Amino acid sequence: MKRTVPLMIVMVGGILMMIQYFIPHQYSQVVFDNYTEWAPIVGAFALLLGVGSLTRVHSHRIKRKAPNWPYSWAVLIPLFGMPFLALIWPESLWGGSDSPSVFHFLFMNIQVPIQSTMFSLLAFYIASAAFRAFRAKSALATVLLLSAVIVMLAQVPIGEIFGPWLQNTGLWILRYPNLAAKRAIMLGVGFGILATNLKIIFGVERNWLGGAGE
Amino acid sequence: MYETIGLWVAAFFTLAIYSFLYKENPIYRLAEHLVVGISAGYGIAITWEITLEPRLIQPLLAGDNWVLLIPALLGLLYITRFIPSIAWLSRYPIAFLMGTGMGIGFPLTMKASVLRQLEAAMAPVYASGMPWFEVLGNLVLIFGTLAALIYFFFSKPHKGLFFGTGSKIGIWVIMLGFGATFGFTVMGRISLLIGRVQFLLGDWLHLIE
Repeated sequence: MKRTVPLMIVMVGGILMMIQYFIPHQYSQVVFDNYTEWAPIVGAFALLLGVGSLTRVHSHRIKRKAPNWPYSWAVLIPLFGMPFLALIWPESLWGGSDSPSVFHFLFMNIQVPIQSTMFSLLAFYIASAAFRAFRAKSALATVLLLSAVIVMLAQVPIGEIFGPWLQNTGLWILRYPNLAAKRAIMLGVGFGILATNLKIIFGVERNWLGGAGE
Repeated sequence: MYETIGLWVAAFFTLAIYSFLYKENPIYRLAEHLVVGISAGYGIAITWEITLEPRLIQPLLAGDNWVLLIPALLGLLYITRFIPSIAWLSRYPIAFLMGTGMGIGFPLTMKASVLRQLEAAMAPVYASGMPWFEVLGNLVLIFGTLAALIYFFFSKPHKGLFFGTGSKIGIWVIMLGFGATFGFTVMGRISLLIGRVQFLLGDWLHLIE
């Protein structure tokens, strides 16, 4: 019951859904339609697990007065405040700035700027990574450096002063050698995914069972 | 008024995140924790609004789709993870999603990541009127893909004409590709940075147009 039944569910579900793709029949379509109806519902409940876990971690931190515990309120208050606000003003979920609400305010003026600033922060780290990676210490490192510099210069206005050859070369690198490398990686990743899918379906890979008791 | 306060709050949190470039500080930590709470809270609200309410609650209240109780009960089993004695029951919904997801994903991955890629790699090398750099590019595309695949093939030692030379050419192609991808990523991040600087200097401080 604890391990065999979940493994059976994975095997039967996996084989069934794999086979239904190749059977153009109405019963096969019914199986797929039911799956698309059920899967989002089951998946939505996984959010309970995440919210429960987050709440447990932060409430423990507050209770134990762990280091930096006041910040846990900054997680818990919006965690429950946002759904509450959406519940009392359901229209605020979809309303733009025409129908301002606290929910909309928090999302647009805290969430959105923080997230985009965090991504832009990566510009600084990627620049420092580039400084370390782009050293022409060997022929291969020089190729990496030249390729990156040409692609970058080809996309900015200052690159125009070198003439159209730079932009054409940048485009050529993106369209051919870059695509060749990416295609090889994608094929490798694709085969890896297929192998992992089969290993999970046939119960060879069982790490997903986790440590919830034998 | 609403927009002005919003602008100041957004500018405050933008600067709070940038303050991390100097060192970690309480303002940054507050912003970091807030974004976790708000995004999780937003996720709950959206999941309720677009999944649970229309797909489960409304059909159940209408009384015409009682079979939906099965995925609902299956989903509720996730919560057993918090009760150690019956935590193993949480494997059932995971098994359902894992198995069906793997089954659906198999033919789709085969199609998108393998067959379509192979199909695209089999393009004609030359056609009349094609410029020389496109012909060269097509040759690089075909032999470069093969060479890079050889480089990633670890079941045979990279020695000899086929595996040895192939993997050497492969690493050159991969380096060219990685360089281009890195350059592309740098450009993307820089444009995000420009966007935030434009917000601070333009929308907030009105120093630039």
